[in-house]
Amino acid sequence: MLGVGKSFYGVPVLSDVDIDVHPGEVHAVVGENGAGKSTLMKIASGVHQPDTGTLTIAGRPATLPDPRAAQAAGVGIIHQEFNLLPERTVAENVFLGREPTRRGLVDRRAMRARTAELLAAVGAEVVRPHDRVRDLGIAQQQVVEIVKALSLDARILIMDEPTAALADHEVELLYALVRRLQARGIGILYVSHRLAEVFDLSDRITVLKDGRRVTTVDTADATPEGLVRHMVGRELATYYPPKAAGAGPTVVSVAGGGNARLKPLDLELRAGEVLGVGGLQGSGRSALARALFGVEGFTTGRMTLDGKAVRPRSPRQAVRAGIAYVTEDRKGEGLTLSQSVLDNALLASRAATPRWFPDKARTTTVRELLAAVEVHAAGADQEVRYLSGGNQQKVVLARWLAMGPRVLLFDEPTRGIDVGAKAAIHELIRDLAEKGAAILMISSELPELLGMSDRIVVMRDGALAGELPGDASEEAVLSLATGTPHEVSA
Amino acid sequence: MTALAATRRTPRIDSTNGVWVALGITLIVGGILVATDGGSLFGQNSTVSLLQRAAGLGIVAVGQTFTILAGSLDLSVAYVISLTSLIAAETMAGSDGRVLPAILAVLAVSGAIGLVNGLLITKLRINAFIATLGVGLLIKGYLEQGYAGPAGQVPVSFQHLGYDRIGPIPVSFLLFIGVAAVAWVVLKRSRFGHHLIATGGDLDVARLSGVRTDWVLIRTHMICSLCAGIAGLYLASRLGAGAPRVGAEGGYDLESIAAVVLGGAVLAGGKGGVAGTVGGVLLLAVIDGIFNQLAVDPFFKQVVRGVVIVAAVAIYALRLRRKAVAA
Repeated sequence: MLGVGKSFYGVPVLSDVDIDVHPGEVHAVVGENGAGKSTLMKIASGVHQPDTGTLTIAGRPATLPDPRAAQAAGVGIIHQEFNLLPERTVAENVFLGREPTRRGLVDRRAMRARTAELLAAVGAEVVRPHDRVRDLGIAQQQVVEIVKALSLDARILIMDEPTAALADHEVELLYALVRRLQARGIGILYVSHRLAEVFDLSDRITVLKDGRRVTTVDTADATPEGLVRHMVGRELATYYPPKAAGAGPTVVSVAGGGNARLKPLDLELRAGEVLGVGGLQGSGRSALARALFGVEGFTTGRMTLDGKAVRPRSPRQAVRAGIAYVTEDRKGEGLTLSQSVLDNALLASRAATPRWFPDKARTTTVRELLAAVEVHAAGADQEVRYLSGGNQQKVVLARWLAMGPRVLLFDEPTRGIDVGAKAAIHELIRDLAEKGAAILMISSELPELLGMSDRIVVMRDGALAGELPGDASEEAVLSLATGTPHEVSA
Repeated sequence: MTALAATRRTPRIDSTNGVWVALGITLIVGGILVATDGGSLFGQNSTVSLLQRAAGLGIVAVGQTFTILAGSLDLSVAYVISLTSLIAAETMAGSDGRVLPAILAVLAVSGAIGLVNGLLITKLRINAFIATLGVGLLIKGYLEQGYAGPAGQVPVSFQHLGYDRIGPIPVSFLLFIGVAAVAWVVLKRSRFGHHLIATGGDLDVARLSGVRTDWVLIRTHMICSLCAGIAGLYLASRLGAGAPRVGAEGGYDLESIAAVVLGGAVLAGGKGGVAGTVGGVLLLAVIDGIFNQLAVDPFFKQVVRGVVIVAAVAIYALRLRRKAVAA
């Protein structure tokens, strides 16, 4: 692609970007949110059309008026959010839009056979063509996405944040898969926020910033510090803010708390402290947060908050008790996307303490909070859907800060958020702890978990597998999470 | 590859099968109730009238299955039925030779209405509820302005469709089953069917997979209107004439949606099927039949139908939630 440019509503989001992929090459694209990565990928996959510039595929100029044309031209894309139909089978998903037919009807046998072949080709025979996608795990669903792209004879595969939804041990599987694809001569455009994996996988790296290409370097010649400098235009001295000097009094204590998803467990959250929760996907981390927040409350045991017995049976009760929950699924559970920044930020306060008339003082407070967490939006009236992930997360945070919570539960607080905004969120979390809040932070990202937590608990199969100090090693967390001592997870 | 070998759950009875279970139970319980009352639910007369009642609603509901599966819906069907019954009867004007042109005219008009519905929804991005309601009201206005009562006349030859039967099974019911069978094949086995369910399941996923979702939705609405047109033909043959209020008075719009939902379809689209809809139609018809036999107050009948529909959807929702918890 040469000189690609694109504007939305007169706002340029990409200007004059050049990028190329060779067969069998992994070309990583990095940059902060809003740098134009997604737009560039959408142009390459026919979702958007460029205003300027040209696309060339295998030496021939190409125009991609729609995703179908891109598929025909051999460009496959795996979006960050999976594009699968949960109610349909693997084979039906893989061949969606291109079902093979025989005598005018869909040839299901051929469809399944071909899907099985492709699954075997990527070494994922565990997934069966007639499985319903809803019944598959996240990593398996990603395999389905990749197989779907392969079924198109894709020569260029775009992967947008492929590891965002994966637990650490699943990432290795993805790596293996990427290398297999590479060996088959497929060119891969790999978009990621995680610099570590960019260095592990890519041959070349292109950095985008503010819709422009900053640089393209061979991975062998690049350093993480250099890349970060290009991405944000400044050095990030330390990735994580300093940890707490010591913990304050116990704020939340749970004794023998359990429910349908959680085996009875004991837990303490202390003022001024960040308690990290590690574990694999589905190990009960989110269930713990949801239990504390009363979504699916504890059915056994005792829970106290500031010494008083509480057992939230609904989020409303939890909010009123001073607990806040920043969910993992920002777009689904965290925000009402079509409402304004201000309405989103006011949501919790309005719900917990309704007023008959607009409360000016409250609105002012929330506006100040939005400014304090540095939400970058066109204005408080802008619809939240148009904000970047980092700014969306800040809006969620401002909402809870308006409640003055004693306890904050963060579930994957920086998933899908770029390096710069990530550091800002980390600082906000630490800042809250310093002001005396008790914080529980769930993270799949080990560096984040280790970098942020003062103490770490690791979950496995719905139970607490163990507790570690904040300076534990990645190996220690992983061995607890997988239940395989002394073995570095693969 | 151990991580890929996550646990699987065995498939269970789906909500689309649930309606058949409910139908069985209703037949047994209803049969006993009617028998103790001194009547018979399974007698020739009651069976015939039950199946005939099911036929009209059934054909419409099959069409409605398409729109609901595609994540849309069609509120104009009742008025399309009235309009097409009039077109059929007026074109035939009692003459045998004009049956075929009348059928063609009905199909053309109903297809065109479906086309308009589809275009409004896809090209002008009007919510399906509003678009089809608007089109329906438009037709209603035309009918009320132009017709005071029944009009046109259907030749005796065409009334065979409404009254003939093979054994205890009315021809019209066979027509319904035929329409349902074709629909089943289309939805399960044709490309269009796969694309339709994908469109209803997730519009963006379908679009990004290269499905031309607009075109799918347009065809879906044409099919739904065509089904309403066929139902209009059937009603014209039953009544011997066209009737400007037959569709609205029969409540075909909301009842067809109710039948589809009873059949286990999700109103948001992407889940459900013709088999479930057939079950839903039969269930509604059987409940009707039971209450007719028992000579129950018609208002009470409505109450029971309402309870059945709400209860069914509640049960499906609960099962779905329990499934999600088990996952």
